[in-house]
Order: sequence, then C-alpha cells, then structure tokens
Amino acid sequence: MRIGEGLLWCWLAVAMPLQAAELTPRLGVKPAAHTLTTHANLVFPDGRGLPAGSGSVEQGARLYARLCVACHGLDGRGGPGGELSGGNPDLRAAQPDRTIGSYWPHATTLFDFIRRAMPLNAPWSLNNDEVYALVAWLLEANGIRVPNGRLDAATLAAIRMPNRDGFRWIDAPAP
Amino acid sequence: MNITAQRSPELTRRAAARLPSDGADWRYHAGMAESEFTPVAGNGLLDRRLFLTRILAFGAIAPTVHATVPDEPWMKTPGAPFTNYGSPSAYERGVVRWISATDRAPGNGVSWSPLHELDGIVTPSGLHFERHHNGVPQIDPARHRLIVNGAVEHALEFSVESLLRYPRVSRFLVVECGGNSNAGWREKPIQTSAGYFHGLVSCSEWTGVPLRLLLDEAGVSAGADWIIAEGADAFGMTISLPLTKARDDCLLALLQNGERLRPEQGYPLRLLVPGWEGVLNVKWLRTLTLAREPVMARNETARYTELQPDGSARMFTFVNAVKSLLTSPSAGMRLNGAGFYELSGLAWSGRGRVTKVEVSADAGSSWAEAALNEPVLPQCFTRFRLPWHWNGEPCVLQSRATDETGAVQPTRAALVGERGRHGYFHYNAIVSWQVDGDGALTHTYVDVAGAPASADPFDADW
Repeated sequence: MRIGEGLLWCWLAVAMPLQAAELTPRLGVKPAAHTLTTHANLVFPDGRGLPAGSGSVEQGARLYARLCVACHGLDGRGGPGGELSGGNPDLRAAQPDRTIGSYWPHATTLFDFIRRAMPLNAPWSLNNDEVYALVAWLLEANGIRVPNGRLDAATLAAIRMPNRDGFRWIDAPAP
Repeated sequence: MNITAQRSPELTRRAAARLPSDGADWRYHAGMAESEFTPVAGNGLLDRRLFLTRILAFGAIAPTVHATVPDEPWMKTPGAPFTNYGSPSAYERGVVRWISATDRAPGNGVSWSPLHELDGIVTPSGLHFERHHNGVPQIDPARHRLIVNGAVEHALEFSVESLLRYPRVSRFLVVECGGNSNAGWREKPIQTSAGYFHGLVSCSEWTGVPLRLLLDEAGVSAGADWIIAEGADAFGMTISLPLTKARDDCLLALLQNGERLRPEQGYPLRLLVPGWEGVLNVKWLRTLTLAREPVMARNETARYTELQPDGSARMFTFVNAVKSLLTSPSAGMRLNGAGFYELSGLAWSGRGRVTKVEVSADAGSSWAEAALNEPVLPQCFTRFRLPWHWNGEPCVLQSRATDETGAVQPTRAALVGERGRHGYFHYNAIVSWQVDGDGALTHTYVDVAGAPASADPFDADW
C-alpha cells in the first residue's frame, strides 16, 4: 500500500463519520439585493439599523391624534391598546404602571416596534420621518426630553431611558 | 364532559337512585369492597399501583342476556360516507379553544387549549393554544423565504421547498406561553375551567430541520452570540435567542402531529425552542439575524419581563420551570357522590423530564406519589394518574411535580413571596381545587384562605 493510499483510508475512517452526521443538501442561495434589504429592519440599542430621516414632537402629536389615540387614549394614558404614559411610575408601588417612561429600557425599541407593528390596522404604512416623529412625541409625553424637539438616528440613539438599568438577565449571561 | 368508565350494575343503581343525570358523571367503576383499600395519604389517596393490579377485575362484568336484535338505530342503516379530512363527533362540539381577544383588535389575543376536556399527552393540532399579536397570516409557501443574515460568512436564502429536503428530526415537545396561568398572580382565585386558566400550553409531535444545520451552512461569525428571529405576520414578531440554545436543540418545524403546520401554528415554518417560553417559538419565520447582542425588541423588554417587588425586572427568563395541575377532576366539574375516582393531570418541565408527581387530597398536609404514564419525555407533557376514594367531605386537591434537576413546583405562597404579584409571566405554583360537600370543584388558594379578596386591575394587553 502506498503512503498516499494509506492516508486516504485514514482520512475516510476519521472524516466520513463526522461529515455524515452533518450531511445536508446545502440548498441555501445568495439572496438578491432587494431581498437583503427587505429582511434587514432591526434597530439595535446602539442605534444600528436606524434609517435616515427625522421627525419633530409637533408632527408626532398630530400623527398620534390621528392614528393612535383611539386605542391608546389621550396623551397615551391608556385604552384597549394599553397605556403608554402616565399613571404611577414608581415600579415598587402596590399598583405600578409600566409605561414607556417608567419601564422601557431602550428608546430605539420604540422605533423598531412602531415601524413594524403600528398602527395595527396598517403595519409598515408609516414612513421613517413619521416614525421618528411619533417616537419624539411619545418620549416627550413620558417626560423624556427630546433635544430641540426633533429626533434622527443620532439623537434617538443618544437618548438614555430612566429604567435603562432596571433589568436583570436570568437565563442568558449578561454582557 | 363525560368520562364515565365501566361501572358495576350495583354502582349504577346507587348512582341513579341518588343523583340526577347531569352529563357530568365520571365516577370510576369500583367492583370491590371499600375495606380492601388502605390509603397511602390523607383523605383517601390510594396506592398508584392499585389500578394496575385490579384492572382485570374491573372488566370482568357478567354479561346480561338480551334479545338478539340490537337496539341501536345506527346498526340498522348504513353509516356516513368517507371524508377527505376527519373532524370530531358532532357530540363533542363543546370541546373547543376559548378565545380571548378584543373587538377592536380581534387578531390580538389568545385562545386557550381545553386541557380539562383532553387526556393523554398529545394536544390535537386544532386545539393547540394560540397567541397572535395581529392575526394569522395566510402565507403562500411558494412565495415564502427564510433569510439567514447578519454576522455570517454568507447570507443565505431558503425556499420552503428546499427546507423540505433537509434531514429532519421529530420530537414530542411542549410549547407554553410565558404568560400561561397568569391569573394565579391575582389576589382572588379566578373561577373558570382549568384549560381556560392554564391552557396556554400544548404538546405536539414537531418535525423539522435542526437549526444548527442552516447556521453551519451560513457560517456564524465569531462573537455572534445571539440570533434575532422575525416572523412574517402583520406584527413582525421579533425576539432574540442565544446562539448556544439555537445550536443545541432548536428546530425549524415544518410539521405538527404528522401533517404540515396549521396556519395558526406558523405555516409554513416556525421556530421550536424546546422548554423555553412560547414567545421564542416564532411562527411564520422569515428572518434569522446573527448578532453580538440581543435587539431588545418590544416583546423582550416592555413585555415578557417580570417586575419584582424591589422595582427591578427579570429579563430573558427563558426556561419554563416545572409545573403540574390536575385536569380531571378540576374546577367547574362535579363529583357524583362519595366513592372511587381516578385523579389525572399533566406535568412538564422546560429543564427536562418530570421524575415525580405527588398528589394531595388534604391541602398539602400529606402527599401520595402518582403513577406516570409512559412515555415520560424531556420538555414534554407527562400524564399522571392516581386512584382516590372520596369520603364525601369537603377537601382540597393538589398536585406537585419534581423534575430531573430536582426542582420542585413551589407553593403559591412561596412563589408570590419571592416574586410579588406584578411579574405576570412564569407562574408555576401548585394549583388547588376545592371540593365541596356536594362534589363541586372550584379554584382556591390554600395559603391565603380567609384573606380578603380585592378588585384586581388587569391590563388585557399583558
């Protein structure tokens, strides 16, 4: 037996069983550029994923009155869709209110969530400026200052929420 | 519900003489003198092996001789023709999911699995609980794509047709909403059937592709410890999952109980995360994004986190802890007189196998070990049973499960004492059913008996 042939047999004996366990048809294909774009919508706490554009508190107030008030109530104080502001912000109270201002740890979550899910009857219907405007108004309604009354990618990522450090990770190692 | 077992003629006469026929009769047959039994715990709990040894005697009932022609009309005319897809008997139309949603947002809510109407460990696919945030999308599988992107060597796109060619595994697995049993946090015990309180949990045989295979094909970059999964519903359901779990045992499920997924269970493709809270098991899966950190989506920050008495909140509480409840009898049912019954229920743990279920008929003062029906599988429903002689006096029935890690289901007092009442999610305390002297069962809290009940504001969106 030549050395090369012996090595081949050794390779087969060792490598084949390992490969067999993970043998798959490998049918994944490279996505088209358009598909990559329509599947990249996440907004991370550091601002990664926030799009261009901006919106003001005033614009947000008008949008809220038109699109949101029916479910979330005047000033976001609650309705069939749940309260967004107000109530008792003391999380140690007998009846605490978990609002954006008292509970949500990241302002970026508002952009991510509103853009993909709100309003419930027409998700993905708001443009990026409108989403920035609604986030700006909701932050102000919760007593969180929006610098110069206008949000964009940089200013939204810089917002620090009051309950930012209020969470303990249980089944995942904290960073 | 009618789960009447075989009964002796003598017992039937006694029952008929004493009790109205209300359709709720589920007395277990007893063909022997009561003096034969020695309880193993308080209030008449019997040895779990009793039925096994005496079951043959139960079946040995002397036949009564009748005229030759049967009475049943359905034996004298041809039956219904074949059907392409079967459905339950017309007499079982009451066995349904109970829907809880608002008029304004009919696609945002839950439907509860009627655990109290079912037996065994498999939930029929059409009765599996639902939690949707904005309705059930009707997805054309030919147009659906799964994209793996983010921190990978090469982003990949998979059609449903291509995924169906990958190697598959099948597992019997529980899916339980993290908010299941949340009424247990309320000050006053909720009065409803067991399934409409604890039925945001179901168990199916799920078949699909190990997620690890697709991750390896895409090549996960170093430092990408999280996967963010996104659904193709009108909510864009998004959740973050640690890569270690994804590589360990997660499935891309394509089939449930032998057939392709139902639309309300994620057709054509969903994530199955064994033992972890339901919200991670993303339905209608369209994107898996590898990242170094969680995305902090609405449903892992503002929801599915648990506010504690000190004002802090538990986050990424993924594992559903050990839990059990008696389903038969349970709240809303009625025992038809003193005598022998079979107690039966479900136990499960997100941390593995259930190793022991104990039953108490005296509010936890004494416990008897129940029989566990095979199979006993990890992160799967386990059916337990125990014979019981009810003496006709008021009592409290409970079950208490232990899993293979040694974790024991806590009392409600212990759980509320540790976590307060505003966590909403991950309620797994011992469930107590009060039996009154007439045999009627209601839900009760043993540990706060006599405590004043109060109005309990409840946000339906939680």
